[in-house]
Amino acid sequence: MEHIRTPKVENVRLVDRISSKKAALGTLYLTATHVIFVENAPDTRKETWILHSQISTIEKQATTATGCPLLIRCKNFQLLQLIIPQERDCHDVYLSLVRLARPVKYEELYCFSFNPKLDKEEREQGWMLIDLGEEYKRMGLPNNYWQLSDVNRDYRVCDSYPADLYVPRSATAHIIVGSSKFRSRRRFPALSYYYRENHASICRSSQPLSGFSARCLEDEQMLQAIRKANPGSDFIYVVDTRPKLNAMANRAAGKGYENEDNYSNIKFQFIGIENIHVMRNSLQKMLEVCELKSPSMSDFLWGLENSGWLRHIKAILDAGIFIAKAVSEEGASVLVHCSDGWDRTAQVCSVASLLLDPHYRTLKGFMVLIEKDWISFGHKFNHRYGNLDGDPKEISPVIDQFIECVWQLMEQFPCAFEFNERFLIHIQNHIYSCQFGNFLCNSQKERQELKIQERTHSSWAHLWKNRAEYLNPLFRADHSQTRGALRLPTAPCSFTHKFWSGMYNRFEKGLQPRQSVTDYLMAVKEESQQLEEELAALGERLEKIQKVQLNRTEVRNKQSEPSKHSGFSTSDNSTANTPQDYSGNVKSFPSRSPSQGDEDSALILTQDNLKSSDPDLSANSDQESGVEDLSCRSPSGGEHAPSEDSSKDRDSDEAVFLTA
Amino acid sequence: MEFSELIRTGQAQAELLRGPEAPPLRGTLCVTGHHLLLSPGPQATPDLWLLLLRSVDSIEKRVAGDCGTITLRCKDLRVLQLDIEGVEATLNIARSIEALSSLESVITSFPFFYRPKGLRLGDAWHFHPPERYYKRVAREVLLRSSQPLIGPQKRRCAEDEALLRAVLAGSRPGARGFIVDTRSAQTAKQARMTGGGTEAKAAYPGWKRLHRPLERGRPLQESFVHLVEACGDLEQSMDHWLSRLAGCRWLAHVKEALSTACLAAQGMEREGACILVHGAEGTDSTLVVTSLAQLILDPSSRTMAGFQELVEREWIQAGHPFQLRCAHSAFSHARPKHEAPTFLLFLDCVWQLGRQFPLSLEFGEGMLLALFDHAYASPFGTFLCNSEQERCLCEVRTRTHSLWSGLNQLKEQRKLRNPLYVPNPLALWPSVEPQSLRLWQGLFLRWTRPPEPSEAAWEKVWQIVTDQEKTEGSQPTVSASELQL
Repeated sequence: MEHIRTPKVENVRLVDRISSKKAALGTLYLTATHVIFVENAPDTRKETWILHSQISTIEKQATTATGCPLLIRCKNFQLLQLIIPQERDCHDVYLSLVRLARPVKYEELYCFSFNPKLDKEEREQGWMLIDLGEEYKRMGLPNNYWQLSDVNRDYRVCDSYPADLYVPRSATAHIIVGSSKFRSRRRFPALSYYYRENHASICRSSQPLSGFSARCLEDEQMLQAIRKANPGSDFIYVVDTRPKLNAMANRAAGKGYENEDNYSNIKFQFIGIENIHVMRNSLQKMLEVCELKSPSMSDFLWGLENSGWLRHIKAILDAGIFIAKAVSEEGASVLVHCSDGWDRTAQVCSVASLLLDPHYRTLKGFMVLIEKDWISFGHKFNHRYGNLDGDPKEISPVIDQFIECVWQLMEQFPCAFEFNERFLIHIQNHIYSCQFGNFLCNSQKERQELKIQERTHSSWAHLWKNRAEYLNPLFRADHSQTRGALRLPTAPCSFTHKFWSGMYNRFEKGLQPRQSVTDYLMAVKEESQQLEEELAALGERLEKIQKVQLNRTEVRNKQSEPSKHSGFSTSDNSTANTPQDYSGNVKSFPSRSPSQGDEDSALILTQDNLKSSDPDLSANSDQESGVEDLSCRSPSGGEHAPSEDSSKDRDSDEAVFLTA
Repeated sequence: MEFSELIRTGQAQAELLRGPEAPPLRGTLCVTGHHLLLSPGPQATPDLWLLLLRSVDSIEKRVAGDCGTITLRCKDLRVLQLDIEGVEATLNIARSIEALSSLESVITSFPFFYRPKGLRLGDAWHFHPPERYYKRVAREVLLRSSQPLIGPQKRRCAEDEALLRAVLAGSRPGARGFIVDTRSAQTAKQARMTGGGTEAKAAYPGWKRLHRPLERGRPLQESFVHLVEACGDLEQSMDHWLSRLAGCRWLAHVKEALSTACLAAQGMEREGACILVHGAEGTDSTLVVTSLAQLILDPSSRTMAGFQELVEREWIQAGHPFQLRCAHSAFSHARPKHEAPTFLLFLDCVWQLGRQFPLSLEFGEGMLLALFDHAYASPFGTFLCNSEQERCLCEVRTRTHSLWSGLNQLKEQRKLRNPLYVPNPLALWPSVEPQSLRLWQGLFLRWTRPPEPSEAAWEKVWQIVTDQEKTEGSQPTVSASELQL
């Protein structure tokens, strides 16, 4: 609390991004965990909640006649433009947020104060929901070729690896340790995924310390052991996911890539995915395009192209497709690495696994996949997503790209995934929010030292509890296209990749489709289920009636009952919709404020269904709550998750459109 | 004229390749007056493959050794390849297709011979008399016209001025009018040199003019051609694709058309104004604007029947010259004369509206695709000719079948209807920001992407919705049996 220079500023204006003339007047609050803006408008009292850990940048702009503008950009792509009347207040808010958004120790993060009112047992059970031991069993391990190794117990060999790892049976501890000394950060080749249909596997590691000519017998033996663990193939692919030039440059630093001459029966392959710095800049450029005010179609498309973002997404997907095909069609095992083997390698291994195994396309399976390839294998969540104040050059949207790859696949295969887009968006949100402990730290070792499981809650349990919200009604587990490996077109073409407005413009509801097919179908499904239950109940009653021979009048009274459920009234399906500014710069209609009477009513389809556990999506739900509530929502006494970036947003009906 | 004169070789053995996803077909190829047929041998599937010759947009032939290859690019954007035995046969078949696919005579076209089972001539030709969209409560009207003939002398016309005065007088007291000219102010002014022009402010009190230039004619056709070209290039890199998409400007045209329609609709709905839309002739971009504005405002035009009526009234009866505009699609090598994908632009805008409001249109993407296909080549007579007058002369209504009767058959419904439809009484205000507009993959990539994933999704949607109907439908039986106790 000592970092809050001013807890409350009144008469602050929140500027609407789409039409800058629209601004809401309200009060700004700073708490230990959130920035909260509460609108004055008495009928709405709309609240916007921003978690400090979601804040990416804060920009104080030059003071104007109306006040001092403060721009807050969030990691979940929310953009807040505030105008604070007094320069001094603005400066205080600015300084407070700069500090609050950059905690220096883990204990400052929200997950250590977040208390969803679960007892100890429930919390512990939550952590047990995702069990990697079970996952390797599901793959069919251990077996004749692969065994669980204890070589990394207490993180003795590699401190960024998990303690439990699967390695080929023929790889002795001596080989593993030898190999680890020949790999960056001692990240030796270990199993990521085993394809039980044909014994082929996906293994991962960091780059070898080969320099220009160095060799390591144990490392060569390690790769041979991987090959031998797959009797169906006499070679393995070694996939270096870096551009060749980058890999070659690493040789000068004593690192590099495998020399085919030194390893028996490997096929070496570069797949050029750019490094974290290129990706960070690319996202930055794409977000600048998203921020453009009323861009023309070509401004937008050229900007998107210049950002290179979709090209990078395609490169990751292509790498995943290459590996999935090598495994499923050629029956060959693949060793994947990049430099340290925790960014591009994680992306590519998880995309390939997702393509190969329908289990990872289920809700729980997807959590397992992230737990396995990202969390357990030491993806540096803290550095990449800037949970603690650190080197800004370490920050990069690595897992965001993976999540987008999944979305691109969902768009291509609408029936292949058990979960929907909202699930991906919420996971992205949790990765940055630090509301749960799963995505903290840079390695399993660090998390263990911090006693994360004893001190925080698991987001997987939270997501699982609310799984009804995340189901894809079109999922067809039994369909020929969705069973087994996904059948991708032989030539994946560029135009199947789309801009993901649902993620990068997610807080601009006006840009999103106004009606949700997913929500509608889920409601229909729920409705028919209810009807079926009622039908069954009626059937039972009918039997009873027949038995007891009740008199008719009573029966007549009952028959009208079911009708209250049937059908969806039109008003339930109409969505908040108001016209935008279509007039452009043309001086058009005289400014005549539209009469209040004929405004479209803002009614949301599944208001009831969306008792959103994650209020960022309840932007549509018109929950009202006053400032009085704030005290009970403060993290210390927090009863329910005030949660990440809630913007309890009553879609305003104002038709601010035509201005002269 | 006899078709037989144009058919040089009736038959040949051939293999048909229908793109990367469909298996090849082998059999006997046969050219008839209106069709290309491929009948597989008796051992193969009994299905006859049939192509309306009218739907061939361009034809390319190559010969090598003793066989030849014909590539047919169709108006529905399909690309077909025929490998034919015999050089002579290949060349003859190619020439026959060329001649028969470009016949200009309307009354010898296939709709005049098409007599499908189950349909009666004369059905579904009669709609309500044409009337503009009229909002009964608010009394604002949407009108369309062609440009006024001002000319270089700045002529005025008392009757025309009186007509527009009367429009305002018939509306709410004090109502204002807006004239949406779909040309730039400069183009509209230049039109005076050729006898046209636009309404002078002084001559039409109460009316205010807005210029919203929409692309039309040859530039629009070229935009379409470039987009289809880009969509056919499967090898291009990601970056190349986005710049080509930007370069062909199709989505920019969609954005402009949709926002102009929104502006007109908003003027009526929010400002209570009367709106007059025109460009030059009032038969192209004017219709895009007026028909879209009605979809935005009028829930009844979003039903299956209402939409058909809208197309009939705002496009066919309004005199959009389909015969000229849709003579060729995107593949023709000939320099475009009168071709322009104005109607496709409208369909694309409707698709965008449907994507943003997936529950509010009773018809689905299948309906829009069908309209596109039939506008360019059809066994039905609905899109024949350029105007009502021509259709009368050719007796289209009595001698051909109406597309609507074909589409309204029960067997077509699953393809054409939107199972998610729930009537929505409100206006649909779409977002016209670039982030909200997408390439219509279902049309432009229809033949290049594998169809199975979206078919599987469509099936599932239908299944969920009909499951619900089944449960709902089964309830009265329970009630009925209860009554019989």
